[in-house]
Amino acid sequence: MKEEKKYLFDKPENVQRLLRVFWVVLLVLLTIDLLITKHPFFSWEEWPEFYAVYGFVACVCLVLASKYILRPIVKRKEEYYD
Amino acid sequence: MINAVPPAAIFILGAFFIPLFRGKLKSVYLLILPVLGFVNLLNIPQGAHWSFNFLDYTITFLRVDRLSLLFAYIFHLVSFISILYALQLKDDLQHIASVLYSGAALGVIFAGDLLSLFFFWEVMAVTATYLIWARKTKASQTAGLRYLLVHIFGGLCLLAGIVINTFNTGSIEFGYIGLSGLGSGLIFLGFGINCAWPGLHMWLTDAYPESTITGTVFLSAFTTKCAVYALARGFPGTELLIWIGALMTMFPIFFAVIENNLRRVLSYSLINQVGFMVVGIGIGTQLSINGATAHAFADILFKALLFMAMGAVMHQTGKINATDLGGLYKTMPLTCIFCIVGAASISAFPLFSAFATKSMVMEAVAKEHRSLIWFMLLFASAGVFHHAGIKIPFFAFFSHDSGIRTKEPPLNMLLAMGIAAFLCIFIGTVPSVLYSILPYPVDYAPYTAPHVMAQLQLLFFSALAFTLLILSGIYPAEMRAINLDVDLIYRKLAIAFLWFCNVPLTAFRNGLQNFSSLLISGIAKLSNDPLIIPETILQGIHLSFYKVFTATSKAPGTIAKTAKLEYRFNRLLKMKETGRYYGTEVPRRPVGLGVLFAFILIFFYALIYMIVR
Repeated sequence: MKEEKKYLFDKPENVQRLLRVFWVVLLVLLTIDLLITKHPFFSWEEWPEFYAVYGFVACVCLVLASKYILRPIVKRKEEYYD
Repeated sequence: MINAVPPAAIFILGAFFIPLFRGKLKSVYLLILPVLGFVNLLNIPQGAHWSFNFLDYTITFLRVDRLSLLFAYIFHLVSFISILYALQLKDDLQHIASVLYSGAALGVIFAGDLLSLFFFWEVMAVTATYLIWARKTKASQTAGLRYLLVHIFGGLCLLAGIVINTFNTGSIEFGYIGLSGLGSGLIFLGFGINCAWPGLHMWLTDAYPESTITGTVFLSAFTTKCAVYALARGFPGTELLIWIGALMTMFPIFFAVIENNLRRVLSYSLINQVGFMVVGIGIGTQLSINGATAHAFADILFKALLFMAMGAVMHQTGKINATDLGGLYKTMPLTCIFCIVGAASISAFPLFSAFATKSMVMEAVAKEHRSLIWFMLLFASAGVFHHAGIKIPFFAFFSHDSGIRTKEPPLNMLLAMGIAAFLCIFIGTVPSVLYSILPYPVDYAPYTAPHVMAQLQLLFFSALAFTLLILSGIYPAEMRAINLDVDLIYRKLAIAFLWFCNVPLTAFRNGLQNFSSLLISGIAKLSNDPLIIPETILQGIHLSFYKVFTATSKAPGTIAKTAKLEYRFNRLLKMKETGRYYGTEVPRRPVGLGVLFAFILIFFYALIYMIVR
């Protein structure tokens, strides 16, 4: 039998490479934030790395709330309404 | 009269000729309809055209201003894309329904009065229901019916509101309405149901994922955006809308994170995006209305693109649940790229459409110093990237390999996605073109260094959260399960209602029926011979006296008299039992004859009445 073609992310090193690029981008973003001048509407927008922290915390809260609060309340079998 | 016809007419009349064409010619005809409509649209000058007097009111089919034109442009565009996407369909009825649906949406946009608005509003509900039913599964039949019922309810709210409002104001013109009193409140609610407000949104997440692959693309574009248009026209600056909209952006993302059906995930994110528009309308400044309408324009494109990409996946694999998919990037790379473009657009990545449109709403909120709303919207912006921007492409095209090896969808589907993807990037990179057709002059520059940086940080660190949660295994695993939503109330309530009708209500009805029939037969018996009761009583008393006499005197005359009385009394009792009374042997006329006589009498009575008058 013919060996199936290897695709891009079948190779673990490609996944690792992608992740490495991702870490670098994060670092670059954190650095640039400290360098640019901001014209904020709200005072907290001036805090260093405000958007990074908010985005990260928001998503973690979102996932944890969905998983541990919402899902136990609303999850039902697929045949629930049948 | 002008040289242009109402755009709705081109679609609605054009729809009826679809069955006349076959094969390639049908495809050409279908695609020509929106193109023809667009050329016609370019010829329409601003102002009110096609006005007619109806009773004491003026019906205007074609009220053209910058607001209606903006929606008309995007509706023509998206109907072209959606028709192209649906070309391989062999089902004429679906083609007709989708073209009619698009036409009705244009009718709503250009309606200058509330009556024609209501008419097209209802046509939309019916044609949309057909697009859901056309999937022909049991789930789609029931979801379609629920969809229809909800929208009939919404339509009735709207109609009642229009009637009350017209009575109060004396005009059916559709302009600024504003929230004041019952009439406008009902109109507001009618718009709100179509806009999928929190608690009224369940029809959307219930029905859209059950519709046909191509039907959902149409559905995602029109119903909610018509409601956004109607709110922008009738209720700009309504404080309540700000809170409704902010809630709309927030609550669906929690559901989207744990939802397994990817088209349902998109339905939740649709509500989330419409929330941004509703906030913009609620704020009511020029910047925010511009933002709301621009975001509607962009949203129609990227939401259609995402639904098309998921539709293509469904078309090729027959599956749509995240648990069944994964690894499709290997064999559907183009669809995957289009999907990522849609995902980047909805997430408002710089260079993609929502970056240039959603940010106007954010800026308008900030300018009004509404910090709580601003935080809610920012949370929703991070959340939408999380569930629509990452989850959709990740679980369909990457994640674990489902082992499915398929191929790209038909060329027309790819083309439709390609056009939508191109437009998403075009709006993102050259926003000035979209800005130039917005309702108000635009004084806004999306591409400033702080804005780009802020957005990139927000998105990349949301992505970091996703990556860390996936790598650590905390991210909620996709499960073969459904999640309850507000539709639970009426889906379960309907069953409870049926039980209530079947058991207690039926018992009550039977009791009532028995009681009344007993009462009626009793009265009927009594009225046959009303004297029988006192007669029986008197005879009974008479008899008992004589019985006492016979017991004491034993005279032969008394005994004979007692026997006679006893015979009579028994005869009376028997009569009462059998219902045969004195005189009941009289021959009876059939009931029909009596009715005929009654009618003849009434006729002559009426005749005399008319003559005398």
